[in-house]
Amino acid sequence: MELNIDIQKEQQRAQDEIKAQGFRVLVCGGTGCVANGSLKVMEKFRELGANVEKLTSHDKMTVIPTGCHGFCEQGVLVILPEYHTTYVKVKVEDVEEIFNSHILGGEPVERLLYTDPATKQHVKKNDDINFYAKQTRTALENCGKINAESLDEAIAVHGYEALANILKENNPDAVIQEILDSGLKGRGGAGFPTGLKWKFTAANRGGKSYVVCNGDEGDPGAFMDRSVMEGDPHKLLEGMAIAAFAIGADEGYIYVRAEYPLAIKRLRKAIADAEERHYLGKNIFGTEFSFELHIKEGAGAFVCGEESALIASIEGERGMPRPKPPFPANKGLFQRPTLINNVETLANVPVIMRKGAKWFASMGTETAKGTKTFALTGEVNNTGLIEVPMGTTLREIIFDIGGGIRNGKKFKAVQIGGPSGGCLTEEHLDLPMDYDSLAKAGAMVGSGGLVVMAEDTCMVEVARFFMNFTKNESCGKCVPCREGTKNMLKILEKIVRGKGELSDLEVLEDLANTVKDGSLCGLGKTAPNPVLSTLKYFKDEYIAHIVDKKCPAGVCTALKTIKIEEDKCRGCTKCARTCPVGAISGTVKQPHHIDQAKCIKCEACLSNCPFKAIVKE
Amino acid sequence: MSEDKKTLFIEGKEVEFTDEPNLLEVIRKAGMNVPTFCYRPDLTQFGACRMCVVEVEYPNGRVMVNSSCTMPPEAGIKVKINSQRVRKIRKTVLELLLTNHDRECTTCDKSGQCELQQYSEEYGVRKLKYPTLTKEEMMEIDDKNPSLVRDPNKCILCGACVRACSEFQGHSVLGFANRGSRTVVQPMNGRLLAEVDCVFCGQCQAVCPTGALTIKSDVDKVWDEINNKEKKVVVQIAPSVRVAIGEMFGLKPGENTIGKIYAALRRIGFDLVFDTNFSADLTITEEATEFVDRLTNKGLLPMFTSCCPAWVRYMETQHPDMLGHLSSCKSPEGMMSSVLKDLLPKHNEEYTEDNTVVVSIMPCTAKKYEAKRSQLRRNGKFDTDYVLTTKEFGRMIKEAGIDFENLEPEQADSPFGGYTGAGTIFGASGGVAEAAARTAYYYVTGENIPETDIKGMRGVDKNSRSKTVELDIKGTHVVVRVVSTLKEAEKAIQEIKNGTANFQLLEVMACPGGCINGGGQPFSCNDITIKEQRAEGLYKEDRELPVRLSHENPDIIRFYKEEYEKPGSHKSHEYLHTTYADMRKGSYKDLK
Amino acid sequence: MTGSQTKVDFSKIDEIITQCGGKKSNLIAILQKVQEVYRYLPEDAMIYIGTKMEGLSPATVFGVATFYAQFSLDPKGKYEIRCCDGTACHVRGSMPVLNAIRARLDLKDGKFTTDDGLFSLETVSCLGACGLAPVVMINDKVYPQMTSDAIKVVLDTILQEENK
Repeated sequence: MELNIDIQKEQQRAQDEIKAQGFRVLVCGGTGCVANGSLKVMEKFRELGANVEKLTSHDKMTVIPTGCHGFCEQGVLVILPEYHTTYVKVKVEDVEEIFNSHILGGEPVERLLYTDPATKQHVKKNDDINFYAKQTRTALENCGKINAESLDEAIAVHGYEALANILKENNPDAVIQEILDSGLKGRGGAGFPTGLKWKFTAANRGGKSYVVCNGDEGDPGAFMDRSVMEGDPHKLLEGMAIAAFAIGADEGYIYVRAEYPLAIKRLRKAIADAEERHYLGKNIFGTEFSFELHIKEGAGAFVCGEESALIASIEGERGMPRPKPPFPANKGLFQRPTLINNVETLANVPVIMRKGAKWFASMGTETAKGTKTFALTGEVNNTGLIEVPMGTTLREIIFDIGGGIRNGKKFKAVQIGGPSGGCLTEEHLDLPMDYDSLAKAGAMVGSGGLVVMAEDTCMVEVARFFMNFTKNESCGKCVPCREGTKNMLKILEKIVRGKGELSDLEVLEDLANTVKDGSLCGLGKTAPNPVLSTLKYFKDEYIAHIVDKKCPAGVCTALKTIKIEEDKCRGCTKCARTCPVGAISGTVKQPHHIDQAKCIKCEACLSNCPFKAIVKE
Repeated sequence: MSEDKKTLFIEGKEVEFTDEPNLLEVIRKAGMNVPTFCYRPDLTQFGACRMCVVEVEYPNGRVMVNSSCTMPPEAGIKVKINSQRVRKIRKTVLELLLTNHDRECTTCDKSGQCELQQYSEEYGVRKLKYPTLTKEEMMEIDDKNPSLVRDPNKCILCGACVRACSEFQGHSVLGFANRGSRTVVQPMNGRLLAEVDCVFCGQCQAVCPTGALTIKSDVDKVWDEINNKEKKVVVQIAPSVRVAIGEMFGLKPGENTIGKIYAALRRIGFDLVFDTNFSADLTITEEATEFVDRLTNKGLLPMFTSCCPAWVRYMETQHPDMLGHLSSCKSPEGMMSSVLKDLLPKHNEEYTEDNTVVVSIMPCTAKKYEAKRSQLRRNGKFDTDYVLTTKEFGRMIKEAGIDFENLEPEQADSPFGGYTGAGTIFGASGGVAEAAARTAYYYVTGENIPETDIKGMRGVDKNSRSKTVELDIKGTHVVVRVVSTLKEAEKAIQEIKNGTANFQLLEVMACPGGCINGGGQPFSCNDITIKEQRAEGLYKEDRELPVRLSHENPDIIRFYKEEYEKPGSHKSHEYLHTTYADMRKGSYKDLK
Repeated sequence: MTGSQTKVDFSKIDEIITQCGGKKSNLIAILQKVQEVYRYLPEDAMIYIGTKMEGLSPATVFGVATFYAQFSLDPKGKYEIRCCDGTACHVRGSMPVLNAIRARLDLKDGKFTTDDGLFSLETVSCLGACGLAPVVMINDKVYPQMTSDAIKVVLDTILQEENK
């Protein structure tokens, strides 16, 4: 097709404009860093940089608010690209020092550099920070590197280049073939081959059809989609436009959870900007291809991440999943053929189209190609968002990138794939992270949430926590999920309260298997996973709760006893004064004791005892 | 091999299929069964109860478990309907449902007819492993209306009622609320049915697999009246009851049992037995007269039929600005009650205004509500004292120990017992319009209609809920629209509102297919052919009756001569016609 | 739903319906806008929308409103506190933070809005700020790495502002 916009020229212009910005100071403007005060940091830099040309060789300094870097725990992050330096935990008070010492004087501020938890050394260069060094970024390639609210910055880093080339070649089937060849699989959970999904939907070309982006990132502990939407929104829009062209759709929806106000704001601006320049909307690049994009805000329902529930929600209904078949590819939104992909999947598309399927397929394993983002959280030193080739082991992720367990604790388990996933243990640390091997171990890649748990985590309580979540988030439509999760939760609650019986385990496992087999949608089918995997790998903990009436991790309130060891107690009375319920008594300089009937196990005394005489069992 | 002959395998048996909407229908057609709660063939598939799960092996070797009600049949698949795996799911579903269910089965209205009870028995559920519903967790029962009882503690959330209310009536008085294990089915914000715009059609109850929605029973009160020596209790029986009640006694749907019904009513102890078919003929003479009058004197058209109380309430709450379209005729039941209360004391000294009790046996739950209307009272007394549904009547027969099947047929009492074929077809969608057209033709031309059967108005299946028939009454062109379900009625109303309506007469019955499928009829929602068989039972009687035109009913001719002068007379208007009220008060529409 | 209901201005609701496009598929957006105005969904507003818009009924609107966690049938506080209890936050101790909020605002079991209407409290499953766990969000502001002491300071600061 004839294009009336020359993307190469646009790119050149945008790159020139960036050069004209002079010395760039990148300050993270993601949700996490904003919470830590990054807006004030930016303001201060701008103030100081106003007269930079008089002070240095730079004729100009520009402060750029970027999207999320993924290294949220270390926020506010400030990057000086020219010096390859990343500053962490920057406060507004630190800005002047960075400006004077480094920007003006060329001398880095040591104390604000990242400290490697293993070596305790400050790391000067970005690329030497383990957290970044071990990553390969595709979907997140621009996140944290560009001004997320600027279309020109996106264009400077190849934004809309793939779309322009595709429109020029005008061969939708070739696009689908390229995605098929790349081996890209759905990054939202199920791992269905993306190219196939496109092919099935494209089989219904001719009438009205839709492209829907699933941005209802509901898995607690996952925030990669939020980062893409906040940090590189144009990549998502381009991915959607490419998909729409491939399957013959002219309208699309991005369904974003309401908990992501910043993502919604940036997407709205990105759509408006792109439409104004004819990268989206009517007659894209001056061709006859049009693609109109809407944003739908979710309203707080985890189940809407399930594609048929998401469709129901876009249609304004209760987000109750619908039986399949029919599949959305044949009968989806408003009963029309619909392609649903998640944010990360679509963000991979422009990169694949630009760099080629071969390049993408060269990364990863035999069955899982490319890279995958993971949200690394929990008891790990470097929490944050990472992207690694498929097949990277858990050990590399948790110990190399994640910097190991916090506070020197011992690793116990990692929960993968959100509430639908499973818990894996020490023995799985060298498992390559891909769809098949995780499924074999009873877990799933899911959206990529990795919650690391240390020795003081109770796995029975973890199972109860997830079951409580799925019980609350079950839509209530089908019986196994609605009633099954409720009854599994009742059993787990009974066990953590110390009232469990051994026969409960049999009933629990039996029910878990039936719910998995009989539920209507993916939520119900996967809801028992945390129970089943903890039963499989941590059965001894269940038995300890039931038979010994003990919580080995010392977490379950009903099963722990707080005791004063008489030989250590000096009778300082501090504990008695701290106790909120008056459960501790004793005379001065005499060993005190705790009235177990009154004790609420808040552990306030324990942390306050100067002689470590109080212990929990 | 012909191309459209496709086969699949069920438990190893090769089964042919053609255009069945889902695998479940193929299984049932092959004479096998899987249990269901949420599946109702006349409603959209929901896939929620998971009782109809089957194990399917595809030609490529893939095996999956899925609900058969939502799967399209595919050639070559191998289906296991009772493997260990799927029976396990079904039994667990039953256990889970019973865990969360008020299991006071013996005193439940649905006992013996409850599908949850039936399948629990079949699957041998004897012990529940999980903590069961406690008294404290139980929710309040809504019995604060004349027609229906809603007991949320018996609800299994299959959503059949929600779909019936929405897909049949377009009304969605009932809906899901909350989510997860807190989900309930209820009217807006847990209100009473009487506090929302429910029309009491009872279709929700007709598709409910358990005792969550039942009919409010008046059986005990009627027994009390019968046993009261001071009272004279007379009864009338509606057209469609005769072709349905037999189902409760092992007879085929559609079998006309009217003679046995008269006999049973006398055994039960009713003093006089009348047939609403007579007053259906009366309605036709009145309604046809009114219609011809509107047609020739430029009255308000289209005219709407007014026999269906659910429809009348719908108009009064949703479209009070259009009440003028409704025929002023009472329903046949209303006319009969009014006439009985007027004439029995005049002609029979045993009957007084105070001791006469009128009981109506109806296929309809909304009739219970209609009987309480302020417009249907005289001197502070109700025209109709009690309405019993077909189901309640069947239970009375059983309670009385009557061998229904072997009863010797009897005749109704005169003078309000004789009827024509036109009266009997009132029970099916299209019947009122057909009967009216036959008589209107006569009123306009002075001649009888050449073709008595107006087939275009007939049909009670899913695809016949809206029919348009053009009549040529010797040069007078009349278009009749026949609809069943309020959803279709609403479409007709919108046509009037936007000026595209081309019809002059609109017949509305709220229940899909008409009264033969009324909310008070025996449980039949799993077999869509039952309503067709019932309708056929009525059309068969019509064909076989010697008189098939209302205006030729000798009892009707005598009635006007001796009592009410002529159709549309002053006396007729006093006793046979009624008025309607703007019912927005208390309705949602009153909000502004 | 007990307690006093706000008087609903139906012309305002009409405006919202028009602004969102009166289609049934926009119901969630319409309810969100109504909640922005009243800080909850008044019953009369839901009934009005259910009768006014084609294809809806009061019961279906109520069904949608009670399905999604974002909607409230009771007035929310001027400060909406959302305490995250997602996995990451839970593992890093969100429960003590939640209990501290409850204690500071005297919100006992079942109660979620303070008597003066200043604060309302809910737990949410994930705010997507897992790197900063445990997290509390008050209106649109995210408070990272909370502890039971830190959140008390945050609340006290707000209370001081309000009492000025």
